[in-house]
Amino acid sequence: MAAYTPGELMIARAAREIGDRELVFVGMRLPLLAFLLARSTHAPQAVGLFENGVLRDSPTPDPLITMSDPPNLRGARMCMGMELAMGLLQAGRVDLGFIGGAEIDRYGNLNTTEVGPDGAGIRLPGSGGACDIACMAGRLVIVMKHERRRFVERVRYVTSPGHGTGRTWREENGLPGGGPAAVITDKCVFTFHPRTREMVVASVHPGVDPDEVRALTGWPVVIPSPVPRTPEPTAEDLAVIRRYDPEGFWSR
Amino acid sequence: METKIYTLKEAVGLFVHPGDRVVMGAALESLIPFAVGYEMVRQGIGDLTLIGPISDMLFDVLIGAGAVARVEAAWVGNVMMGSGYNFRRAVERGEPRPLEVVDHTNFTIQTGLKAASQGLPYLPTRTALGSSLLERNPGLVPTRCPFTGEPLVAVRAIEPDVAVLHVQRADARGNAHAWGNLGVTQEAAFAADRVLVVAEEIVPPWVIASDPNRTLIPGFRVSAVVEARWGSHPSPCQGYTNRDHGFYREYHRASRTREGFEAWLDEWVTGLADHTEYVERLRAAGRLEALAVRDHAYTVAADFGY
Repeated sequence: MAAYTPGELMIARAAREIGDRELVFVGMRLPLLAFLLARSTHAPQAVGLFENGVLRDSPTPDPLITMSDPPNLRGARMCMGMELAMGLLQAGRVDLGFIGGAEIDRYGNLNTTEVGPDGAGIRLPGSGGACDIACMAGRLVIVMKHERRRFVERVRYVTSPGHGTGRTWREENGLPGGGPAAVITDKCVFTFHPRTREMVVASVHPGVDPDEVRALTGWPVVIPSPVPRTPEPTAEDLAVIRRYDPEGFWSR
Repeated sequence: METKIYTLKEAVGLFVHPGDRVVMGAALESLIPFAVGYEMVRQGIGDLTLIGPISDMLFDVLIGAGAVARVEAAWVGNVMMGSGYNFRRAVERGEPRPLEVVDHTNFTIQTGLKAASQGLPYLPTRTALGSSLLERNPGLVPTRCPFTGEPLVAVRAIEPDVAVLHVQRADARGNAHAWGNLGVTQEAAFAADRVLVVAEEIVPPWVIASDPNRTLIPGFRVSAVVEARWGSHPSPCQGYTNRDHGFYREYHRASRTREGFEAWLDEWVTGLADHTEYVERLRAAGRLEALAVRDHAYTVAADFGY
């Protein structure tokens, strides 16, 4: 078994969510690396779209820290404005979007605006494009760190809607996209129950005790038995990830 | 030929007023007009409303300097590092002054600016449905399509007094070329009453006219043109300046405490006379060489002949 970090496992797992020829709203941090990995392996014709207006179908010539770094523009297929990029999303033409979050609840609603008690809360940066992606992408994959304070029964502020209060909430509220399909953490992978839309464990990462997942999740979580295990990243996966994140800024 | 060329000091003094609604950072992480933001702090222009999608750390600097009464933005922080500590101190503790925050998404900022650029009171969108933003932002109102009855969100027009736009090149009349990811730059340029263009280079009018598809904004909409090489630092400007990642890291560390931020502000903004001294400080620290473009990649010329 090759040595890898939890970040590298998350990237490799996230990359598997990307189908070939799909139009993907990429985002930054781990999802960007997942996109580059998918492009370099099983999805060579996936196209990446960034909210700043960059559209590209080839890996960047150098590593990126932000989506507007000069290597992301070099060799891009198109630099449009945000209007057209978000317009593609709103028109239902984006297959998949990735976002992260500070806080998530059992229906996949995300909060990146404020956490903590009223009057003594912590102000977070806000939505950026996350709410737009969560509302309108064909399906949504969430990538975030698994901590008890982040996995709560109910978020206090819905920055980016998931499945709301479950079941047919999205349809009733007129949300055009399919909503969260998976949550990839550093401990496990969740998917959503097709009827209730509640988050359920699909696999637990190698070496992680299922009880740890239960302890870190703020609601009684369902874990199948026997416990399915998340596949480890391959040597090729790791080589690609390390090529695009040579200093391990995002993946370590 | 009519010229709208001003020094950075003059342009800020003439066209940015206390209490203005100012849109900056419209291209997202690149082409952020830091030099203008710093000069606004030096001139003590306060009570501002800052408008923008993400702004990177520029909004945090202005908030920490006490220049801002209100922020209408999708995201305020330091993109590569996370939180903006001045933003947090202002919202959580009212330090150095209380800050009103109007939460948007990137797309609602775009939609609001677009409405203003077209002289409309609002435009509809499908984003933000079911989110808490609808409860907090009076400029986002649930509505229905008059034709189909579908749920939509009406985004009220966002009307800035001033748009500050950093571009690669402009002529003396303000006709400006910009390239790369432009985010909501064009909407901002057409929505604002006044437009302040900061260019890496002032070029002759024929350079702009040679490639009209690359023109971001026509000169008649521009109030002032300023030449400021490195004026987007630490944000990148494609073809001129790479991103100074280290600068964002150092700012994040320094601004963790109020005292640290004040020392940073003195070192990089208030303790310097102008943008020229800022560039000299960067040069002396050996930073400019690392940020210069090493590998030029020119476009193939388009033929406008007939």
